[in-house]
Amino acid sequence: MNNRIAEIIAKKKGNVMNVYCTAGYPQLNSILEVMKALQENRADIIEIGMPYSDPLADGPVIQNSSSVALANGMTIAKLFEQLKDFRKPPLGGLGVLLMGYMNPVLQYGFEKFCQEAAEVGVDGLIIPDLPEYEFETEYGPIIKKHGLDFIFLVTPETSEERIRKLDQLSSGFLYAVSSSSTTGVDNNMSHVIDYLQRLKEMHLQNPVLVGFGIKDRASFEMACSYADGAIIGSAYIKALEQARDVKAATKSFLSSINGR
Amino acid sequence: MTGSNSYQHPNEHGYYGPFGGAYIPEMLHRNVEELRTNYLDIIYEPGFQKEFRELLKDYAGRPTPLYFAKRLSDRYHTTIYLKREDLCHTGAHKINNTIGQILLAGRLGKTRIIAETGAGQHGVATATVCALKGVECVVYMGEKDIERQSPNVARMKMLGATVMPVISGSKTLKDATNEAIRDWINHPSDTHYIIGSVVGPHPYPDMVARFQSVISEEIRIQLKEKTGSELPTHVMACVGGGSNAAGSFYHFLDESSVQLIAVEAAGLGLDSGHSAATTQLGKPGILHGSKSLLMQTEDGQVTEPHSISAGLDYPGIGPLHANLFKTVRAKFLSATDQEALEAAFELARLEGIIPALETAHALAVLKQLNFSMDDKVVICLSGRGDKDLATYMKEMMPDNL
Repeated sequence: MNNRIAEIIAKKKGNVMNVYCTAGYPQLNSILEVMKALQENRADIIEIGMPYSDPLADGPVIQNSSSVALANGMTIAKLFEQLKDFRKPPLGGLGVLLMGYMNPVLQYGFEKFCQEAAEVGVDGLIIPDLPEYEFETEYGPIIKKHGLDFIFLVTPETSEERIRKLDQLSSGFLYAVSSSSTTGVDNNMSHVIDYLQRLKEMHLQNPVLVGFGIKDRASFEMACSYADGAIIGSAYIKALEQARDVKAATKSFLSSINGR
Repeated sequence: MTGSNSYQHPNEHGYYGPFGGAYIPEMLHRNVEELRTNYLDIIYEPGFQKEFRELLKDYAGRPTPLYFAKRLSDRYHTTIYLKREDLCHTGAHKINNTIGQILLAGRLGKTRIIAETGAGQHGVATATVCALKGVECVVYMGEKDIERQSPNVARMKMLGATVMPVISGSKTLKDATNEAIRDWINHPSDTHYIIGSVVGPHPYPDMVARFQSVISEEIRIQLKEKTGSELPTHVMACVGGGSNAAGSFYHFLDESSVQLIAVEAAGLGLDSGHSAATTQLGKPGILHGSKSLLMQTEDGQVTEPHSISAGLDYPGIGPLHANLFKTVRAKFLSATDQEALEAAFELARLEGIIPALETAHALAVLKQLNFSMDDKVVICLSGRGDKDLATYMKEMMPDNL
C-alpha cells in the first residue's frame, strides 16, 4: 500500500495545500509544467482532473476547462503517457490524485486504469459519482489491489453515521465539500464553520481537507484553522485562464495564498 | 436477473439486470436517499392514490380513449388501436408523471420544483402542475430546443414558470438534464427535481414508470371491453428516455405473448453519424446517475445525438429499456427523420390526427413489420403535433408557403 498522501499530510501538520487542475488545460501538454510550478510554489498535492463531457458536480469554470481540454484532444491514455516519468526527480515528492467521473474510467477499463495509474506513480483516486454500494461490492477491491487511495466526499448534508462510514471506506484523506453546491460557488465561509467544527470533533480516522469555494488567502486560512488543509480548484483554473505563462501565473496565484 | 418480476421492478439498489443504480455525487445523496426510502410508502398511501387518481380523471382527462384506427388498419392489413395520450391535458402523456411527482413533492415538504425538458412537453406538464399547486417552477431547456419548440416555451412562461436556456454542450436535452441536476446540487433542501423520463438515479426510473403505468393499466381494461381479451399481440411506442414506452409496456412486461416494440430515432440514418438510436449505437455507460446504454466515444465521452424530434434527441435510454433490449424481451427498431415526417402526414391524412414528431417514429415502423389481420396492435400515441407544426410545414410543404 502506498501511503504517500497520508505521510505528506502527517508530516505537514496542517495547512496542506491541494490544488486541482484539469489535464489537457490550458494546453494539451500542460500538466507536467503545472505540476512543477505547483511543487515549486509549495503545493503539497495535485488533483489532476480527467476531463469529461458531462461533469455533473462542476460549475462553469471547471466545465469550461474540461471542454477546452477535450477540444485539445485530451484522453486518459494521453494522460498516462504524459505522466510516465513524473516520479523521477524533481517531482518525486508531490502527492498526485486523479479526479474524474466514472464513465470515461469504465470505458478505459476499470482495472487497467487502476493498474496504469499505480504504475506511473499516482497515489489515489477521487471519483465523485462512484457510490459506496458499488465501491464496496465491485470497485473498491480493485482499487486496493493496486495500492491506490480512494477518497470519498462528505457535505454539510451528510449524516454523522454516513460520514463515519465514508471515513472508514476512504484512505489518504476525507474530502469535505464546504457547502452543498457545484464547484466554484462563492460561499460565505462563516456559514461553514459549524460544519467543519462538527467534523473536527468527530475525530475521524482520516485527515480532512476542505474543498469548494476555497479561492484566496482568507478562505484557505479559514479552512485550515478547522481542517488539515484545503483544496483549491476553480480559482486556480481561473488564474490559468487569463495567463500566458503557467509558471508565472502559478507563482503569482499561490503566493497570493501562501506567500509571506 | 434479479427477482421473479425483474422486467418490471428493479432490485433494492435500483438495478434492472446489469442496468440502473444511483451513480450520484455525495451532494445529491441526501435528496435521492430521501426519495428512495419514502417513494413507495408515499405513492401507495391511500390518500395519495385517491388524490392522484382524481387528478388523472378530472384534471388530466383520463382515461384516454383507446381508438380503433380503421383506415390505418386497412393500410397495414391488420387491427390497430391508438392509445390517445395526445388527448391528455397539455397534449401528451407527460402529465401522468408530473401529477404524481408534484403530489410526492408536497408530501416531502418541497417548495420549489425544477425540471429538464427537450420537446417542451415535460416542461409544460411540470409548469402546469406547479401552477395547479402554486409552487415555484424552473425549467431547464437547451437553447437549440427553445428555438425549435417555441410554442411550448410560450406556454411554460404563460403558466408562470421560469425557462432557463442551457448553452452548454449540445444545447439539447442531455445538457438541460445536467443543468437541472446542478441546480438540485445547489438547492439541497427546498427543491424537488421532477425528472420527465425513466432515467436518472434510482428510484427515478421505477417511480416514473409506476406513474406512467396507468397507460397500460387502461389499455388492458379497454381492450377487454372492445375485444373480450385484455392482451394485444403487439404494443408499440417511441423511445427517447422511454417514459411513454415504459407506461405502455408496464402491465404487459410479464405477459410473454405480447410482443413489445420500441422505436428509437435514427436521425439521418443509423450509419450517418447523426442519430439517436441508443440501443443500436450505444455501449454500457453511466449518464445522469444510472448505468445504461449510452452513445459515447471510445474514450467514454458522451456523443451529441441527432433527431428531428427534440424529445428523442437523447444519447441514453432508461435502464428498464436497456434491460429489455439486452434480454430481447422487447424488439428495438428505429425510424429516420424522414420516415417520421412521412408517418406523421400519413396519420393526419388517414385518421385526422396530427401526432407529435416523437410519436410519429412509432408509426413510421409499421411498414417495416408484417402483421396478420388477426393481430391486435396497440400504438401509444404519446403526444399531439401542434408544437411541431413549424417543422412539418418547413420540411414537407415548402411549395405551399
